[in-house]
Amino acid sequence: MFDMGFLDKQFTDDNIVITNVEDLFNWARLSSLWQMSFGLACCAIEMMATSASHYDFDRFGVMPRPSPRQADLIIISGTVTLKMALRIKRLYEQMPDPKYVISMGSCSNCGGPYWEHGYHVLKGVDRVIPVDVYVPGCPPRPEALLEGLLKLQEKIRNESMVKKSA
Amino acid sequence: MKSPEEIFQSLKAIFGDSVVELKKDQPVESFIIINPLIIDKICYFLRDNEELLFDSLMNLSGVDDANGQSVNDEEGGLKILGGTLSVYYHIESTSHGHKLCLKVSAPRENPLVASVYHVWRHADWHEREAYDLLGIKFQNHPDLRRILMPYDWEAGYPLRKDYKNPEFYQGMKVPY
Repeated sequence: MFDMGFLDKQFTDDNIVITNVEDLFNWARLSSLWQMSFGLACCAIEMMATSASHYDFDRFGVMPRPSPRQADLIIISGTVTLKMALRIKRLYEQMPDPKYVISMGSCSNCGGPYWEHGYHVLKGVDRVIPVDVYVPGCPPRPEALLEGLLKLQEKIRNESMVKKSA
Repeated sequence: MKSPEEIFQSLKAIFGDSVVELKKDQPVESFIIINPLIIDKICYFLRDNEELLFDSLMNLSGVDDANGQSVNDEEGGLKILGGTLSVYYHIESTSHGHKLCLKVSAPRENPLVASVYHVWRHADWHEREAYDLLGIKFQNHPDLRRILMPYDWEAGYPLRKDYKNPEFYQGMKVPY
């Protein structure tokens, strides 16, 4: 709760912090982005490395959930084929709101190396679902994915209850 | 251990004109060209003959030879008329330790090739792949449907040289 700006106030009783609901909700959301267990291609290997102990995604509150019903975040990590795109759309629709999407790697950003001759590749996952953060790279290093997550957290921190911006 | 030349002679003695030619002096290994409609019978022989015992199909791959006549269709795209589609079989005998390559060519307009599914079960998915990507029809294959592309893919066979990608698939734009 260090980013809330009320901790410097003095109170006579213990365990009291003043904030507003919006900041509290945003802080809760950005600190426990449960990610759907979902990987597509070589980017998924890098995503798994990010989850493992060396880079430790869990320190940002990101942990894999086996069902879209329990997930807040889906990381599209790899080549989206036309066949898979329909499934991705269905999985995204099965996630409860508020939900966020990180597009990881060139393939899911824009088709990547398959942009011209990939007869089976969707040229960017944003053609089927809305994307919050694009992470460039082929595949991106774990540091890049972490940066993408921090960008998403920044986006959620500035969200308003009236209007979802991320 | 038998050389392709010896195998070609023994096949020629039994199957006659159905065994067309032995291609030697290739940059790759030499191969035997065979009539596509009786490739299954020849493969049965190659598998069961005591001196050959080809018990393993290492690979089966389809090829678009693109040796027909290239013309422009109404929209100005490439269209190939006539010519052939080919299938290559790489087989191995694990007991004798020899290997062989077979080739069949079928006409592009109606590419019928006898299935070797019942000779080697590993041919199942390989033949489905050749059907999916090149449209080669394998006779007597028990389950010849697309394996990689979606079942409702209607734009044709992607690895043919005159293939044109569709504008849309299921409402999604396909070109970049």
